[in-house]
Amino acid sequence: MSMPFFTPPEEMMKQKADFARKGIARGRALVAMQYSEGILLVAENPSNTLRKVSEIYDRIAFAGVGKYNEFDQLRQFGIRTADLLGYQFSRRDVEGRSLANSYAQIIGQSFTHEPKPLEVEILVAEIGPEPTGDRLFHIAYDGTVLDESSCCVLGGDAETILERLRQGLDTSVSLALAVVHAVAALAGPDRTLAAADLEVAVLRRGVERRCFSRVDDADVAVILEGN
Amino acid sequence: MGRPFFQIEDDPGSNFTELLRKVGIEPFEPRWSESLSVPHATTCVALRFTGGVLLAGDRRATAGNWISHREMDKVVQADRHSGVAISGAAGPAMEMIKVFQLTLEHFEKMEGRPLSLEGKANQLSMMLRGNLGAAMQGLVVLPLFAGFDTAEDRGRLWDFDVSGGRYEEREYVAIGSGSMLAGTVVKVGWRSTLDEDAAVELACRSLWEAADGDSATGGPDGLRGVYPIVAKIDVDGWARVDDSRLAEVFGRIIGEAGSR
Repeated sequence: MSMPFFTPPEEMMKQKADFARKGIARGRALVAMQYSEGILLVAENPSNTLRKVSEIYDRIAFAGVGKYNEFDQLRQFGIRTADLLGYQFSRRDVEGRSLANSYAQIIGQSFTHEPKPLEVEILVAEIGPEPTGDRLFHIAYDGTVLDESSCCVLGGDAETILERLRQGLDTSVSLALAVVHAVAALAGPDRTLAAADLEVAVLRRGVERRCFSRVDDADVAVILEGN
Repeated sequence: MGRPFFQIEDDPGSNFTELLRKVGIEPFEPRWSESLSVPHATTCVALRFTGGVLLAGDRRATAGNWISHREMDKVVQADRHSGVAISGAAGPAMEMIKVFQLTLEHFEKMEGRPLSLEGKANQLSMMLRGNLGAAMQGLVVLPLFAGFDTAEDRGRLWDFDVSGGRYEEREYVAIGSGSMLAGTVVKVGWRSTLDEDAAVELACRSLWEAADGDSATGGPDGLRGVYPIVAKIDVDGWARVDDSRLAEVFGRIIGEAGSR
């Protein structure tokens, strides 16, 4: 009788983690940071139709990097969960924390049990009534949830970008200054990014219901040219 | 309720009603019998003006000969560029509006773009068809849908029948128990050159006459400060006409009625 190959669990996890990390590192990065009016999300994304950043609910946004079809499925799951919850209870009962936990379960489950882990890293951003109530839940490919404060970076080369982003980070600046800072962090010293290479969206505080809105390419171009 | 995570062949796509069914919630199941006396909502009108479309409705809900509510919102925003008004059994009507609003929002979020105006009207007609069972048991809901079509750059409006029939109207439409009175006033006063102010005035007049002749339609209630809901939808989207302006218009109408 032939024995199946035995791979020690440490080795298997490591292989899976390396595989997922490689897949994510191939894609371009995304940053999120607080600014004076709310939370800014900037993704390097040359496509104008395949979105990385999206609205989930009144105060919640979703951002994903890695394999598009995988994080888009997670995005749809988030919208469905939130809309069903809001329908059955009230719009106030939909919150980012429980959604982030569901995501962590799904992604963690897939990492442990599926032959191929999800090659995604996602962010659930939630805006509170005050800046102290803002939440950035960063969920890694293995289901690890990180509750980040004021800023975070997803995707390839995240550490270098995060270092640049943290340098001179001011969360009380205007939208224009925040966009410039975020784009500079994404691009690094050797590149410049144009509006067409970017996807910019915000969660704006003080809006009565749906706080999510996109900043279109024309407005981003004006902001980048002005600085 | 299971998690809304689906296999490809089982995926409801961007359709919220279908999603509700997949997770085991049936929003339009008939659950009541005819003998129940449930609150009913009444007169609403919609008319086109040069910049878009205007929706107006009174605030009264009745149960038999009783006034059950004096501040009901029968004219509500559906999304940025459309609104819906309802007449009929208040409970199922409110539920229908809630599901309708969510359906539009759900589609917009899932697809990254809003439904076309015609698509929205069609969606509402499918919900009515779903409500047919309850309608046969006496819980009739009849909505009216109006919006600004950004693709065609004009206001458009639709009325419906119980079985889900969807009829686009060119000029105006009135629904509910006072619709004959309100509709006649709008019919006589409507011109293709009507601007926003004139349209607000005409809508208020039509509701005034409906309330004057139909006991189930509420008039302006100066005592409680409750006025009909009037909303315009133009290229900039939905906007309620505020009560102070309505108070002024109704003040003028009452003055004229007194000096006849």
